[in-house]
Amino acid sequence: MYQSQKSMALGGQPPKALSSLQKVAVSMGVLGLLILVLATFQVELPQKSLWLSLALGGIGGGVILFSAAAYGNKSAGIKNDGVWFKSISSRGLWAWVFGVLLTGFYIILYFFPALIGLREDAANVGLIALFDPFSKALSGNPASQWFVYGVLYTLAILAFGFKFLWKYRHSRYEKLRTISVMFFQTAFAFLIPEFMARLNGKGFSLPYYDLKNIWPLNYYNFEQYRVDDFISAGTVGVALLIFGIVSILVITPILTYKYGKRWYCSWVCGCGGLAETAGDSFRQLSDKSTFAWKVERWVVHSVVVFVVLMTTAVIYTYLGYDPEKYWLTKDLFLLLVGGLLSLVFAWVMIFKRQELEKDAQYAAIGYMVIIASLIGIHFFSGNDLFLFQAETLRSSYGFLIGSIFSGVIGTGFYPIFGNRVWCRFGCPMAAILGFQQRLFSKFRITVNGGQCISCGNCSTYCEMGIDVRAYAQKGANIVRSSCVGCGICAEVCPRGVLKLENDSLDGRINPKDVLLGNDVDLMDYVNQK
Amino acid sequence: MSQKVVIIGNGIAGVTAARHIRKFSDKEILIISAESEYFFSRTALMYIYMGHMKFEHTQPYENHFWKKNNIQLLQAFVANIEVNSKKLITQNGEEIAYDQLILATGSQTAFRGWEGENLNGVQGLVNKQDLELLEKNTQNIKKAVLIGGGLIGVELAEMLHTRKIDVTILIRESGFWGNVLPQQDAQFISRHIEKHGVEILEETELDKIIGDKNNQVNAILTKDGKEISCDFVGICTGVQPNIDFLKNSGIETNRGILVNKYLETNIKDVYAIGDCAEQKEHPTHRKSIEAVWYVGRMMGETLAQTICGNLTTYQPGHWYNSAKFFDIEYQTYGSVLANAEEDIGDFYWEDLKHEKAVHIQYAKADETFLGINTFGIRMRHEVIDEYLSRQMKLQEVISNLKKANFDKEFSRKYEKQIQAAFNEIYSKVT
Repeated sequence: MYQSQKSMALGGQPPKALSSLQKVAVSMGVLGLLILVLATFQVELPQKSLWLSLALGGIGGGVILFSAAAYGNKSAGIKNDGVWFKSISSRGLWAWVFGVLLTGFYIILYFFPALIGLREDAANVGLIALFDPFSKALSGNPASQWFVYGVLYTLAILAFGFKFLWKYRHSRYEKLRTISVMFFQTAFAFLIPEFMARLNGKGFSLPYYDLKNIWPLNYYNFEQYRVDDFISAGTVGVALLIFGIVSILVITPILTYKYGKRWYCSWVCGCGGLAETAGDSFRQLSDKSTFAWKVERWVVHSVVVFVVLMTTAVIYTYLGYDPEKYWLTKDLFLLLVGGLLSLVFAWVMIFKRQELEKDAQYAAIGYMVIIASLIGIHFFSGNDLFLFQAETLRSSYGFLIGSIFSGVIGTGFYPIFGNRVWCRFGCPMAAILGFQQRLFSKFRITVNGGQCISCGNCSTYCEMGIDVRAYAQKGANIVRSSCVGCGICAEVCPRGVLKLENDSLDGRINPKDVLLGNDVDLMDYVNQK
Repeated sequence: MSQKVVIIGNGIAGVTAARHIRKFSDKEILIISAESEYFFSRTALMYIYMGHMKFEHTQPYENHFWKKNNIQLLQAFVANIEVNSKKLITQNGEEIAYDQLILATGSQTAFRGWEGENLNGVQGLVNKQDLELLEKNTQNIKKAVLIGGGLIGVELAEMLHTRKIDVTILIRESGFWGNVLPQQDAQFISRHIEKHGVEILEETELDKIIGDKNNQVNAILTKDGKEISCDFVGICTGVQPNIDFLKNSGIETNRGILVNKYLETNIKDVYAIGDCAEQKEHPTHRKSIEAVWYVGRMMGETLAQTICGNLTTYQPGHWYNSAKFFDIEYQTYGSVLANAEEDIGDFYWEDLKHEKAVHIQYAKADETFLGINTFGIRMRHEVIDEYLSRQMKLQEVISNLKKANFDKEFSRKYEKQIQAAFNEIYSKVT
């Protein structure tokens, strides 16, 4: 019914033609990419550092310049004009082209790194060799496919971070949040681990550790080689190991109680960082149907169960039987895990049961029974923990969840399913934080009395696929486990109905007794259940 | 046999009534609409044109919602109502019986009988068909003139602006929406709109619309004799109840469908709610016809009670409304009048650089707080509503503005500036 303008622009307005500044920006970006492509096809580029700088500078500078030209001469405010007219942001031709290219990139990265030049026993060639000098300057080691990925990932967050800052320059919340993810990506995910690797030497070798990457998102954090490294690295290593455990068991619950899971998902996390910056143009593509919500709940919680079982099995394999050698034995460890899960389960069932839907209760009970019986089977039969070999569990998790789900589907399909597919359907960390947020947090999105006009901007631009409007039009606060607190619903609302805030637990969830504007007697009737 | 409630109109009023009737009863419910298959938010029409949303995004309920809640839908145009035999006749000749009938047919553009108002390229913006027509009328055009500058006027201006169409707005007053906004507020908004490159011709009225030999608009003439050539004219001088089909039905009408405080018409079992309803007796602080979203919803909630056997008076609380003028959000609570009487005092504050403004009106006699307009500052509805109910004094309201603030976290705060501005004025007065 409505006219569609096919344009490649990621910016706000559908420009009839690019401005001259944007033409320069596009040329810079394409030339930068071209250098990377040439390197991939093993075209000999002397002066690698120079060519790499040109490539990264061209891509980053191009994105920033393009955004400056798109938003610079417009007044501060919402910039969603033409989003659904543009091919790239409305699942048109360019979206599919881009999606297939991204997916292909991830498949090569995860499964065929030799294609981009990774060599096991010889000097790297191709694209990876182009990054060798940079890698050596940072960590002293030659580049790997992960180093290349890390550089491009950080570049994307920084360049599109600038774009986001420009686009939402009227909002301090959005600016602070974006500066935060840009900082955590550059410092914590990229630079610090590289510098830590530089410290490694004889008898002292810390594993590559992005401190903000917490288990279970960092599902391999407690694998044997890492734990051995931590322990053999002395006090520093043990401190880091303890930090890893304390992060998920102590720090995370406290921060989530105070601020909601947004402190992590949209302020710190790297996956969230990419989604919020490079993925911002695709947030409107998330599925808002109640069916999708149902799928989300089952899938993401199943991943949590999977990662708990897998990690337990992996740790179990390298622990010993003899308490004399090391206090944490196989049996003690299993009891601790079982005890912790039972404690959480009991707390929810006793204090929070009325807040759970029937299917959530059934699921909780079902999963608890499965885990308990697996532990039970082990104690009585003494064979492989959880029916499968730990190694089978570990490699399947790494392949299915770590590579396919989070990378290939999660990011490769940005232009088709939206920018938070992984965070919504797959991330076990988000599920655990969401569980805390839903049941035990001061965070909510407050709805302003009876002001909602049901326009749908909030729901459309919710990257997590929450039907925000369904709550807003009832006058009910939004308290959803999946909400990452990006704040865009409150930005695009044309009536000032939504506000993200941390407040007391009382009256957090239920709709207000009075939908303001009507006399109180009537509202008493309306609210009869 | 359960009773059958038929609702004409699937806007916010009719749909709210249907939902609440379903909540409290198992009556048979049928909603008839000529405009669209499913309920959508007409306040969002502008966002479809601007490409922020697709039409389906403006539908608040998924399509399976209606069946699940046993609410029947019919897309048809009701041509006649036979109140004696309690049935409706659609344009296709289909007859539909009802036990209770709710009229929620909304508004239509108020054409004022100008010469040339029927030319091609002249239209208002109220319903889905208007949007489809607008899409057609604005293909490859360069210049648009809007007649009148209310909320629809600013929406149309913003919409056309995103398609790079040059816009001129004719307004009767000396500031935008000057029949509703006090002078300072109106001029504040005028300045902001002009900043976006939209031209506003103040104190200018339309004389006639001029067309070419193909009946296509190509210019307008103002009352002071100025001719402006254009290829589109938007009529934004207001809306009127959509009640033409009731002419010979026996249902009493004036500008709208006349209803009493229970929202009943003169005919038993026929009710009217929303934009099309005109209240014969209404609270002094409210108007007889209030064509806004919130009123439609409140009337729907109220009437559902009556229909379900709990006779309920429509008693709206304090007036509130909101809008957005390009980048500036506007909220209003209580009564802020454009041309207030002598006994009403004004406090106005604005921050030029950040484009924020607050306008408070109060009773001069005892300084009772009457109402507030805010521009670029969000207010917490619940708190301001309480200030109004408690009849707080002006000074107390000013010093408690912070509690009423609903701006996003980390937003710049203006309460100190407002307080300082107030103190300065107040110290001069006393």
